[in-house]
Amino acid sequence: MKIHRFEKAWLAVSLLLIVGFIATVTYGAVGEGIEMIGDEGEEVDPTKLNEHPKFGDPGVEKTGPNEYAVYVVASQFQFTPGSFGNPIRVPTDANVTFYVTTKDVIHGFDVAGTNLNTMAIPGQVAEVTVRFDEPGEYGILCNEYCGSGHHGMEGKLVAVPKSQYEGGDGE
Amino acid sequence: MTFIDERPEVARMVRLNFTISFGALLVGGLFGMIQALHRTDVFRGFVNSQDYYTVLTGHGVLLALFFTTFFLSGLFTWGVSRSLDEPLPNATATKGWFTLMFSGATIAALTVLGGFVPSMPFKADVLFTFYAPLQAHPLFYVGLAMFLVGSWLSGLDWFRMYRSWNKKNPDKRVPLQTFMALTTMLMWYISTMGVAVEVLFFLLPWSLGIIDTVDPLLTRTLFWFFGHPVVYFWLMPAYFVWYTILPKLSGGRLFSDPLARVVFLLFLILSTPVGYHHQYLDPGIPSGFKFVAMTNTMFLLLPSLLTAFTVVASMEHGARQRGGKGYLGWLRALPWDNPAFSGSALAGLMFAAGGFSGMINAGMNINYLVHNSTWVPGHFHLTVGTATALTFMSISYWLWPQVTGKRLQHRRLAMVQPYVWFVGMTLMSNALHRGGLAGIPRRTAEPQYNNVNFETMVGSVGELRLQIGIGAILLFTSLFMFLLVMTGTWLVDRRGSIAVDGHIPAPLSGPNDSPTILDNFRVWVVLAIVLVIIAYGIPLSSMVIDGPLSPGSPPIVPV
Repeated sequence: MKIHRFEKAWLAVSLLLIVGFIATVTYGAVGEGIEMIGDEGEEVDPTKLNEHPKFGDPGVEKTGPNEYAVYVVASQFQFTPGSFGNPIRVPTDANVTFYVTTKDVIHGFDVAGTNLNTMAIPGQVAEVTVRFDEPGEYGILCNEYCGSGHHGMEGKLVAVPKSQYEGGDGE
Repeated sequence: MTFIDERPEVARMVRLNFTISFGALLVGGLFGMIQALHRTDVFRGFVNSQDYYTVLTGHGVLLALFFTTFFLSGLFTWGVSRSLDEPLPNATATKGWFTLMFSGATIAALTVLGGFVPSMPFKADVLFTFYAPLQAHPLFYVGLAMFLVGSWLSGLDWFRMYRSWNKKNPDKRVPLQTFMALTTMLMWYISTMGVAVEVLFFLLPWSLGIIDTVDPLLTRTLFWFFGHPVVYFWLMPAYFVWYTILPKLSGGRLFSDPLARVVFLLFLILSTPVGYHHQYLDPGIPSGFKFVAMTNTMFLLLPSLLTAFTVVASMEHGARQRGGKGYLGWLRALPWDNPAFSGSALAGLMFAAGGFSGMINAGMNINYLVHNSTWVPGHFHLTVGTATALTFMSISYWLWPQVTGKRLQHRRLAMVQPYVWFVGMTLMSNALHRGGLAGIPRRTAEPQYNNVNFETMVGSVGELRLQIGIGAILLFTSLFMFLLVMTGTWLVDRRGSIAVDGHIPAPLSGPNDSPTILDNFRVWVVLAIVLVIIAYGIPLSSMVIDGPLSPGSPPIVPV
């Protein structure tokens, strides 16, 4: 096959670029430890979340020294906890694992402006661990269309300085 | 001789397909402008925030599916017939697939528009992605299925023309335009299996009450099995134009036929096993397979990077034939006042920008930041919204006279139209990208949230909204100008020369510079299927093994 030498050079540079991209993503995953949401979470029956040991009464719980679990149920058009004056309260500088699912349609769970962002899919539990370095208030948005009231689906997350943190939501 | 005189029956099918495509463009484009003005708070008088999602569904379905596919059908019918010098294999069959596609599209579009009328029982406020368990009226799925089958049959026409030509010319290389149309359709047959199974086995019976539940992750995965290749189905006709027509409009000829073939084969092989890059943030899919999709996606950059080289090299060759000089001075020698050229070239330029934002989307870890933000529509309005849409519009200035036999009217309007699009899209797309970095979500009717204060790095959110609003008005203006030119041309009588030369010169490096295995479609289809099995086999079967309908979701009809 006849390939012009400029074409060959371009091809080589293109391949280098592609390999370079793959290398940076791999570094992000392995070197920086940015894990993708995977299939670690259990499967649940979306119509029977009320009977689930955790999602039946979702919220924050301490699971170990400096480790917390947050169970969140998304539904049309709210996060429980999160919405309607019931913010999710978590400590800073701790490993916080979010378990997010939905009892009706597909929703998004997006802590705006951060990289805490996952889909909530009926039947699946999204599991993602994060650390909040800075105390502060963050807005939570549903970023997947979920019905005519979609734009009103939001909530709040408060990262409390570790020294002042007492417990889960509502405390 | 003009194409319409050589092949009147083919020209008629091209006109029919283009007309439907342009109709979808008008309504879909109008919806786009309404949407942009509403969500940015620039003007909210058209619809309320509930009906916004009906507008959004219409914008997506009419433009992404109907505008693109009908144009592709017209373009490929022309290209295959022209490059093979073959008639339609069977006029009834051709009318058949067109009627099927058109009826399907009409039924689906009517159910979408039903969302505006409270008393209408047919509704489909489910957006272009129709994720279960949101449920549309069964007629929406029926319409989509008919449309899809019609598009399969259209490809069959082109394969039959190829077979008939091949019998007469057993030792000749497949002409490039036919090669491109056929590889595009092969990719389409493989990738639409996903959405066909989703609609026919799950969503349609579920909407009819035959099955009670569907597995939302499984149907969503089947959607994205099709959902990424479909973007190449939009793009490959634009590439077809850039490779086979744009070099001639630049004043020269294609630089390399062999490389063009390699590019289309790479699309055939790599377009499908990448769908998980739309599902990076989905639970229930092993992260290892997301990594596989990420590497495939990155390699899918290769055909686009190669295209950038060949297209620019062909344009430079054309410019030098026209007397262009210097390292960059040759750019001035290009026919920037010919809208068929300027539109396609500007579309290519914007596609380069869209390619770079796409590389960022593909980066798995950074996707956490931009997923479902306005960054994403910012990206695809450069790709399908410009690379495809602007190329289709501008090449119509060249093709429409050939299939109507009429000289292009309102030439001044046509001359500025691509530039208006370019300016409008520059404003809108850059603002959408920046808004996404500020955390503004896509697919929402409201500009503001109580708990979130969007902050931009430079400028302000108010300035971004204004850019989106002005951009959208310019884009609709440009689209309207285009349709005026098309309608005006259609309405005049045939008189004298059409002032378009339909001849396409041979490439600098012809097909005989490449090995004949490139034309052996069987080999590449098998390779494509093997890659799909590697990428999808295990995760898809694990979703099916636990029961194809479980974990199950009953339907939820949006109100």
